[in-house]
Amino acid sequence: MLTLTVNGQSRDVDVPDDMPLLWVLRDHLSLVGTKYGCGVAQCGVCTVHVAGKPVRSCQLLVGDVGTRPIVTIEGIGATPNGAKLQQAWMEIAVPQCGYCQAGQIMSATALLDANPQPDDADIDAAMAGNLCRCGTYIRIRRAIKNAAAKSA
Amino acid sequence: MADFARSDAYLSALLQEVHSVGAARAPFTIGRRSFFKLTGAGVAGLVLGFHLGDTAFAAEPANGNDAANQAMNAFIRIAPDNTITIYSKCPEIGQGIKTSFGVIIAEELDADWAHVVMEQADINPKVYGSQGAGGSTSIPRAWNQLRQAGAGAKAMLVAAAAQAWSGDPSQITTRDSVLTHTASGRSATYGSLAAAAAKMPVPDPKSLKLKTRAEYRLIGKRYRGVDDPKVVSGQPLFGIDVQRPGMVYATYTKCPAAGGKVKSFNADEIKRQPGVLDAFAIEGTGLVVEVMPGVAIIARDTWSAFQAREKLRVDWDLGEASTDSTSHFSALAKEVAASFPQKADDNVGDVDKSFANAAKTVEAYYEYPFAAHVPLEPMNTTAHWHDGIMELWVPTQQPDRGLPLIGKVAGVVPEKVVMHQTRVGGGFGRRLVNDYACEAAAIALKVDAPVKLQWSREDDFAHDFYRPAGYHQFKGAIDRGGRLDAWQEHFITFTADGKKEASGANLTDNLRYSIKAPNLRRGKTMFPLKIPTGAWRAPGDNAQVFAAQSFMHELSLASGRDHVEFLLDAVNRDVPELAPKDASVNFSPKRATDVIKMCADKAGWGKTLPKGSGLGLAWCYSHAGHVAQAVELSVDADKSIRIARIVVVLDVGPIINMAGSEAQAQGASTDALSTAMGLKITIENGRIREQNYNSYPILRMPFAPMNIDAYFIQSDNPPTGMGEPAFPALAPALGNAIFAATGERVRKLPLRDLGYSLAA
Repeated sequence: MLTLTVNGQSRDVDVPDDMPLLWVLRDHLSLVGTKYGCGVAQCGVCTVHVAGKPVRSCQLLVGDVGTRPIVTIEGIGATPNGAKLQQAWMEIAVPQCGYCQAGQIMSATALLDANPQPDDADIDAAMAGNLCRCGTYIRIRRAIKNAAAKSA
Repeated sequence: MADFARSDAYLSALLQEVHSVGAARAPFTIGRRSFFKLTGAGVAGLVLGFHLGDTAFAAEPANGNDAANQAMNAFIRIAPDNTITIYSKCPEIGQGIKTSFGVIIAEELDADWAHVVMEQADINPKVYGSQGAGGSTSIPRAWNQLRQAGAGAKAMLVAAAAQAWSGDPSQITTRDSVLTHTASGRSATYGSLAAAAAKMPVPDPKSLKLKTRAEYRLIGKRYRGVDDPKVVSGQPLFGIDVQRPGMVYATYTKCPAAGGKVKSFNADEIKRQPGVLDAFAIEGTGLVVEVMPGVAIIARDTWSAFQAREKLRVDWDLGEASTDSTSHFSALAKEVAASFPQKADDNVGDVDKSFANAAKTVEAYYEYPFAAHVPLEPMNTTAHWHDGIMELWVPTQQPDRGLPLIGKVAGVVPEKVVMHQTRVGGGFGRRLVNDYACEAAAIALKVDAPVKLQWSREDDFAHDFYRPAGYHQFKGAIDRGGRLDAWQEHFITFTADGKKEASGANLTDNLRYSIKAPNLRRGKTMFPLKIPTGAWRAPGDNAQVFAAQSFMHELSLASGRDHVEFLLDAVNRDVPELAPKDASVNFSPKRATDVIKMCADKAGWGKTLPKGSGLGLAWCYSHAGHVAQAVELSVDADKSIRIARIVVVLDVGPIINMAGSEAQAQGASTDALSTAMGLKITIENGRIREQNYNSYPILRMPFAPMNIDAYFIQSDNPPTGMGEPAFPALAPALGNAIFAATGERVRKLPLRDLGYSLAA
């Protein structure tokens, strides 16, 4: 039995240590906002925060999480930058199919947490690991800038 | 071969269906349908349903029975608190239909959009008619149906208000879900009169007066997606998010070479793996669109199933398996290109005479590769076999077409298949096929619990219905006046049944209308193919327009005339033999002319650019849309391309949701750039070499163009779809721009195979 701290709550799970955090969240904690896309850290749809850093949860074994706090898309709205970005996403209608957007918002929140006023190169670097098959990149970039402008 | 041929017939019929819906004629006409309403206990307020002319179904349902529940899921429900629930009948795959359908109904209903709640309808073709999403047809098919649903409900509300206020219906006005009696100044919310409205006679659809464009208050404005709040907060929406009490998880492993069968597998070892509940082989129906042979592993969670599969050893019978190879096709196509086509398609005028008298002739050979869809949500379905019913939650583009196939697999009539629509994490044509839903049904028959079938990303790459490669040998003639005089094309493509083109592998008719060479000869040669193919965003057009519009640019250069002038001259030629034969095809030289001219204007056609820079333009008629695209770029010595700007001009009639249409135009352009630059599927001995995104480089943020300007000519034609038209003309515009910048002609995709890359 492992004890995880997810979105501020303590959660017990009975899973093997080598199960990726992604599948623990989705199949055992019913937190399905974190998505499965490739399983090899190529698409970024599984991005969560562990101790405040963006992590591809398909690559992080649950046994390696330890006591570090986990924040998922379901909990990111409780953080100032997460809430700002969710708002910015809706204001300019970023999503098309929407499947990648949880991961995009998690990466963008980590970016603003570390760098409140990112330039284009900062955005490129922070978001390069998140694929969008629908091609919503223009609005993702604009939404990040709009959210950052609200902090300025 | 026989099995493949049969499954291809299904796909061809499906493609034909999604292609056959032109803009000028909606398939459901007024005379064929009627409204029904539902009143009774347990139903609050007004429920206005809608169905095709099936009078049996129009009977007043008894309280709480199945029919009542179906009717509750029809188009509109108005609650006493003035909340209006609108049911979206078609799948939301990212094209924005769940929002646009609501806007269309709310417009005619004069609803307050702020208090409209959109819900996904369940699958019931008897109530809703067609429920698919493909071929950019959702809007043109549903346009009249949805407007009449809204107008019909409004008429009943007005009638109820007139009765309550002893007034004349003509004196009742409606706005923002409120009825007002102009003479007395009395007003009431829709919700307060919904129960009374439900007792009014159902209006004859023919009696309804629909709004003119000048009267629109909602259509054409910018709307965020109705599901956006749930999307950005990670709420369950997609097929992969479905959870049922007691649910177990499954993988399904098929032969990596399409057509292989299971001889045996290490069942005992697999059943001993941690978390595994069961493992069994399924013979399947032998059809790629249903269930091919494979091995199912059932486990307590997805990871346990995936892990157990690492240990799976299947002895495959490869007797009927594919041995296709793309390098072989490529070499063979080049060999046969110069010879006479196997089959003639078009023969208009006298091509040989034109070539003999031509001022100039030009020849070129174009080719493009197979491509995979790989939407970000991997294929999945949750299925539960209970009480003689196969109940499924499916992210699909063609739920209604899936019903009979799933029924066949489950051994029940389609009425015993209950399908719930989930949001779809990307379609692009992949989910027009319900193979994964059929597989889930086959697995569920053997599992005493709800079971979620989860494909891995590797499964998605290995078992797609690929966009077929294609090879075009062109010869064109320019007459002494500098006009396009002849177009000869030998198209080398694929066949699954040995008779006709494989699914998605036919020349589209669009080029007949849009490239009006007075002398036209087209023919094809088909290679047998076992790898399944299918519809891929803007089927046919997505690659054929690259070849044709690139070659048009070559011809314009040979003519010595300006490219835009050359295009306009060609499209406005009067060649009666090449006019669309089907009245539902809305092709219009005038609309084509308008988009080409506006695109040239917005892109600054004719301006002087620095050395190494170029501006390219192309256009297409695709999926009932008239579209022109221009690309301005620079190319450095290392063949690194910097996109300065992309201009997209579309005439798809009136725009329903401007924010959504702009997103589709930008997204399709980005997708097309991504595909042209880097995407290629390689087949080796019947197996797909690319297994994940690391070998299939979909465009990422640092390389994505940021200046894509979309313009809409909102003509008075009926609205048509936005999912596909902005894709096809981008690649030739890109190639034409590269030629303008460098003098090097792009005749092969993807561009990375020619050494090109995009600058970050």
